[in-house]
Amino acid sequence: MDDFLIKAIIAGVGVAIVAAPTGCFLVWRRMAYFGDTMAHSALSGIALGYILGLAPMIGVFAVSVIIAVFLSALQKRKTVTSDTLLGIFSHGALAIGILAITFMEGRRFDIMATLFGDILAVNNTDITILYSGGALILLSLIYFWRRLLSFTVNEELAFVEGVPVTFTNLLLLIMLAMVVAIAMKIVGVLLVTSLMIIPAASIRRFSRTPEQMALFATIAGIVSVLSGISLSFQIDTPPGPTIAVSALVLFVIGQALPSKN
Amino acid sequence: MTLKNTDVLLDAKNIGHRFFDKHILSDVGISVCQQQIVTLIGPNGAGKSTIVRIMLGLLQPENGSVWRKPGLRIGYMPQKMEINPALPIDVNGFLYLGVDQGRNRIFGKRQRVLDEVGAGRLGKHQMSSLSGGEMQRVLLARALLRDPDILVLDEPAGGVDVTGQADFYALITAIRDRRKVGVLMVSHDLHLVMASTDKVVCLNGHVCCAGSPEQVKSDPSFQALFGSEIANNITIYHHHHDHKHDPGLEKNQE
Repeated sequence: MDDFLIKAIIAGVGVAIVAAPTGCFLVWRRMAYFGDTMAHSALSGIALGYILGLAPMIGVFAVSVIIAVFLSALQKRKTVTSDTLLGIFSHGALAIGILAITFMEGRRFDIMATLFGDILAVNNTDITILYSGGALILLSLIYFWRRLLSFTVNEELAFVEGVPVTFTNLLLLIMLAMVVAIAMKIVGVLLVTSLMIIPAASIRRFSRTPEQMALFATIAGIVSVLSGISLSFQIDTPPGPTIAVSALVLFVIGQALPSKN
Repeated sequence: MTLKNTDVLLDAKNIGHRFFDKHILSDVGISVCQQQIVTLIGPNGAGKSTIVRIMLGLLQPENGSVWRKPGLRIGYMPQKMEINPALPIDVNGFLYLGVDQGRNRIFGKRQRVLDEVGAGRLGKHQMSSLSGGEMQRVLLARALLRDPDILVLDEPAGGVDVTGQADFYALITAIRDRRKVGVLMVSHDLHLVMASTDKVVCLNGHVCCAGSPEQVKSDPSFQALFGSEIANNITIYHHHHDHKHDPGLEKNQE
C-alpha cells in the first residue's frame, strides 16, 4: 500500500474515533447546527492563524471556542431565537472566512482543501497532533462522562445535584472546537459535522444506552472513513466528500434495517 | 439578628425579583422545616416557579437572601423532563446520573428506591417511553437516591389524572413520615394538595396568606384570589385506597 494511503487511513480512523462520540453530544443536545457554525468559523480561524503567524489548527481552535462561548452566552438572552442566531453566525463566519482568505492569496492557499479536506496530504506531524489532541479529548470525555451526560439530560437538575454547569458547558464547547480543529484537515470545514452527526444518528436505533451509542457511532464512523477512502481511491473522487457520502449511505442502510427497539 | 431554628432547612427572606420591568416577586418569605410539607399555591404567573428556582439557587434574586442549612442535600424534581428521543437511556442509567458513587455501590439502593416510589419494574424501560405518571415516579426516585434532607417538587403532579395525583401526594406524605424530610412543592390542585400539606403559602407576587390548610381556606385574601365560590367548596380531599394498584404495570395516561 502507498505511504500516503496508510497515513490517510491512520488519520481518518483517528478523526472518526473522536468525532463520533463527541458528535453524539451534538445530537443529544440538539446542537447539530451549532456544530456547523463552529466548523464554518474555522475559515476565519485559519486566516487568524496566518495573520498571527500561528499554525492554522491553533487559529481554528481559538476562533471556534470564541464563537461557541459567544453563541452560548447570546442564546441565553432569548431576544433572537437560537436557530436564527445560528443561521446568522454560520453563514456570517463562512463569508468572513472566505473574504479573509481571499486577501491571503499570495500565500499558496488551497481553498478547496480547506472546505472539503485533503486527507491524502496528511503528514506525520498532522498525525501526531491529531492523535495527541484526540487522546486528550477522549480522556476528558471518559473522565467527565457522567457530568456531561447529566448536564445533557437536564441542566437544571444537574445544577441542583451539584454539577458545575458552566464549567461542563465550557468543557463540551472546547472539546467540540478541538474536534473541529483536528478534523478539518481530513474532511474540510464544510463536512466536519457530517463525521460527528451522521454516525451517531445512524446507530441510534440499535443502542439502548448512551455508552453503547457512543461506541457504535465510533464503529460506524470508522467504517465510513475506511470505505470512503478506499472508494475515493478506486474511482478517483475527492476523499472528504466521499467519506461523507459513505456515512450517508450507512445512515440510509441503518434506517432500512429492522431493529429490536 | 434572627436566631436560626435548628429545624429550619431552607429559608428565603424578603425576596424580590423582576423580569425586564415586570415585578414577579416582592418581599416574599418562605421557610421549610424538617418533616414539614410546605405547598405553594397561586394563580398562573404568581411567581411560584420563580421563587422555587431562587430557593434552589438556579436564579439569583434582585433582593433578599436565601439561607440553607449547612450541608443541606436537596432532592429536586423539575416540572418537566423532556428526554430527547435521540438519547437512548433507561431508567437505571438515568438514576445513576444523579449520584456521585459508582454504579456498583448503589446497585441495591437503586432498586430499593424504585420500589419505594412504586416504580420497581421500570428499571430497564427507556426514559423516552415513560408515561407522565411513570416519569413522575422516576424523577422522585432520582431525587430520593441522593438521600436528601429536603425535597423540592415543582408541580409534581402535572399531566397526571386525579387518581394518579392523589396517589402521588399520598406517596409524598408517606416518604416524609418515613424519611423525616422537609418538602417544598408547587401545586395548583387546591383540593388534592390541602389534605397532604402542613403549611400552605398562597402566592400572587407577594405572600397573600400562609398557614395551615384550614387557616388559609378561610382567609379573606385566599377567598379574594380564588373566589369565595371555589374557596368555600374546597373539601379537603382524603384519598382512600379500596383496591391495590401495581404501579409498575399500570400506565397513568394523561
